[in-house]
Amino acid sequence: MPKDHGIGASPKRREDVRFLTGAGNYTDDINVHGQAYVYFLRSDMAHGKINKIDTSAAADMPGVVRIFTGADFEGVGGLPCGWEITDKNGAAMKEPAHPVLAIGKVRHVGDPVAAIVADSLEQARDAAEAIELDIEELPAVVDMPRALQADSPLVHDDLADNLCYDWQFGTDTETTDKAFAAAAHVTTLELVNNRLVANPMEPRVAVGDYSRANDESTLYTTSQNPHVIRLLMGAFVLGIPEHKLRVVAPDVGGGFGTKIFHYAEEAFCTFASRQINRAVKWTSSRSEAFMSDAHGRDHVTKIELALDADNNFTAVRTNTHANMGAYLSTFSTSVPTWLHGTLMAGNYRTPAVQVNVKAVFTNTVPVDAYRGAGRPEATFQLERVIDQAARELGVDPIALRRQNFISEFPYETPVAVVYDTGDYVATMDKMEELIDIAGFPARRAESEARGMLRGLGVNCFIEACGIAPSNLVGQLGARAGLYDAATVRVNATGSISVMVGAHSHGQGHETVFPQVVAEMLGIDESMIDIVHGDTSKIPFGMGTYGSRSLAVCGSAMVRATEKIINKAKKIAGHLLEASEADIELKDGQFSVAGTDKSVAWGDVTLAAYVPHNYPLEDIEPGLEETAFYDPSNFTYPAGAYACEVEVDPETGKVTIEKFVSADDFGNVINPMIVEGQVHGGIAQGIGQALLENCSYDENGQLLSASYMDYAMPRADDLPHMSQYQVDHSCQTPCTHNPLGVKGCGEAGAIGSPPTVVNAVLDALNSGGHNVAHIDMPVSPARVWAAING
Amino acid sequence: MTDMFRDKIDISLSVNGEPVEARVPAGQHLIDFLRLDQSLTGAHASCEHGVCGACTIRVDGQAVRGCLMLAAQADGADVWTIEGLTDRAEITDLQDAFVARNALQCGFCTPGMLVAAEDLLSRNSQPSREEIREHLSGNYCRCTGYEAIVDAVELVARSRAKGGTA
Repeated sequence: MPKDHGIGASPKRREDVRFLTGAGNYTDDINVHGQAYVYFLRSDMAHGKINKIDTSAAADMPGVVRIFTGADFEGVGGLPCGWEITDKNGAAMKEPAHPVLAIGKVRHVGDPVAAIVADSLEQARDAAEAIELDIEELPAVVDMPRALQADSPLVHDDLADNLCYDWQFGTDTETTDKAFAAAAHVTTLELVNNRLVANPMEPRVAVGDYSRANDESTLYTTSQNPHVIRLLMGAFVLGIPEHKLRVVAPDVGGGFGTKIFHYAEEAFCTFASRQINRAVKWTSSRSEAFMSDAHGRDHVTKIELALDADNNFTAVRTNTHANMGAYLSTFSTSVPTWLHGTLMAGNYRTPAVQVNVKAVFTNTVPVDAYRGAGRPEATFQLERVIDQAARELGVDPIALRRQNFISEFPYETPVAVVYDTGDYVATMDKMEELIDIAGFPARRAESEARGMLRGLGVNCFIEACGIAPSNLVGQLGARAGLYDAATVRVNATGSISVMVGAHSHGQGHETVFPQVVAEMLGIDESMIDIVHGDTSKIPFGMGTYGSRSLAVCGSAMVRATEKIINKAKKIAGHLLEASEADIELKDGQFSVAGTDKSVAWGDVTLAAYVPHNYPLEDIEPGLEETAFYDPSNFTYPAGAYACEVEVDPETGKVTIEKFVSADDFGNVINPMIVEGQVHGGIAQGIGQALLENCSYDENGQLLSASYMDYAMPRADDLPHMSQYQVDHSCQTPCTHNPLGVKGCGEAGAIGSPPTVVNAVLDALNSGGHNVAHIDMPVSPARVWAAING
Repeated sequence: MTDMFRDKIDISLSVNGEPVEARVPAGQHLIDFLRLDQSLTGAHASCEHGVCGACTIRVDGQAVRGCLMLAAQADGADVWTIEGLTDRAEITDLQDAFVARNALQCGFCTPGMLVAAEDLLSRNSQPSREEIREHLSGNYCRCTGYEAIVDAVELVARSRAKGGTA
């Protein structure tokens, strides 16, 4: 019988009430008395030399408080990159300056040129129109191979070229070359992982509020990680010590990666509020979001797979161009390298894996992590090339995968990571059961009878989540630790506040985290609240991304709760006049083993704060503990997905008829939350596969800058439930964190794009159309062209 | 912006059943009037061109995009937001069903989604799942993949047909 509370139960979300009644507190809902508003005048050119910015007429406009330009930031730090990559020759990556407001040049459409602070947003916007800009347009570069040519325009004049780094990782070239030379078969694909815009429904907002009374700044911002913002902005950009800087990320309306990063607007509002001694608010418009939120993906790849005569994988080699955009966003450099290269072994025991990545500056919006971040790009390449190899060899794509599965754990891949546990056969079996493989030929025949092509696509994937061991990522170039932290504060009457470094912006932490503490203490979940999102209230944790909240911050919470239990047992032992070693905690009662003597949870907590009868000579009063948890390894969720599509050969339209996912997330704390995460991830992955594309023209003009021209999935674009099944019953618990959890936030977005594309290609090939690949989004126009090409 | 749009206009309307008189800039959108002047922050601005549905409110019985209507146009109107619909318990069953089916994650689109869903149920008490998807396709949700939302609306439709609440 399913549990009704604690670990493994699905209590309804406690955060729902405020969101359903309009009582949420999102950043744009925050207004500081007397606040001014800022409007950013952004470049409409992709590349240009700033000759002159004349703000004199605008400064006299009604309501204008002050106008800032790059000149105001000459002595101020730029936006830092959080991860240094060393290229294959041992040189540090190129790291151009990233000023808060453009200095000297504009480098992408949307680059902020001036910031107008006024009493109202309308006045700021009006004044922006009165600013005279003399910007000389320069040739722009958008295409990555073009950007690497010797005569390409330079995005940064002080750099020798547009190559950020040339990175190589994994098996050495000689060994890899030998494996390819000895191969019985080599399959090669060239493919694009399309540029996406994360598009959380809540646009970014920043409110900078300076208090002259105590020289303190508060930044309210739409962030997934307020402590990271405080560190980056305080230490690297504005030089404000941490104790004078508070960062608050209240309710945040979705992040999906793009709210990890430290943005210019956050630094600006904080800086400007100190300059004018008045709060400054910025709310992004949707068009601004398209041209200032960091984008995702945008890889162009050639992948080669070598197989021996028995169809065993012998080598994988990839060459990827990864678009960095015009500046290095906070974690941009780590995405195509460590978050991508380390996953190129996939679920397979391929002895040689070599990854080559050229990261390239272009006149486009910076690119950084978006749901999955590097792992979807790795999975897409690998699972596309395996499918194509199966087709070329005339073998069953499922059998080919099964034959090459890693089956013994721990398994050290040629790309540095050690998978602690997994069972890829189990998820594949489950997937085959859910999709009803045996019934597929009949379903295909039925579709064909109606003149439609039907395809079945499968995909296996692995992620590295729960980032990350700090000493490891430090060696790899990370400029931050990646632990997390939790403080468990037990109050006198036994209720508990848990302050966590993780941030919840849709993940349901406020519901899930208490399930864990309640289970450990045997008390009711309603006695426990989670506090997050405010650096003045929570310990220094690194926030939420990379499916890490439960695996890393949850582990910190477990450790802190263990400390609470240890101390509480000491107190209980004193109250019961027994040795603490004999004290057992069960169902919120401390009892002496083998006796009927016990004290309740509330008696112990009260004693801790009213220590009249208390072992003060041995332990301190109070009951509050903090733990920092630094994981010893990544976690490795994995799964097998399948999709059936119908393709209309007349129009090229693709319809998803069935979609199933069999995931292994290790232990599951709240199945309802997990299923919601997978559904949402799959929706975004289907969006990438069929609909979404962020496109630029050759001059660097952003062609998709609104919801009218960037196609996000709507309710009627996605399959119906009768066609969907998400399963997480295959569970190999993580071996190195106390909860045995692996993380579930990104799986859907990683696993689904290749599944859909493989299904479309299976459909086309079943109809006699010999098509090796179609780039995403697999739009009707592209499918039709492939059929008729 | 022309001077004409800087003109202030006096309006008199009903917001969540309460009379409101205000002097508003002629160019101010209804969503901004509600959020900034009336402190009704439940409906959200997200795309500001009528495409995403996050600002959906009820005006004179119709589901309306708060970002496409001017406050001045609401003179004499009967305006309901998520706060008022909650207070008068009109959509309690729908709200409960969203909880029961985990039909929200970040919650940002949710108030608009609820108004749109209630709009559908008020016109079509027994919508099919396809009709629910069609009707809600004017409201973006980036978190849930919509499946749970469709479930919740369907649950309420069935429950109301039986004369109960979800």
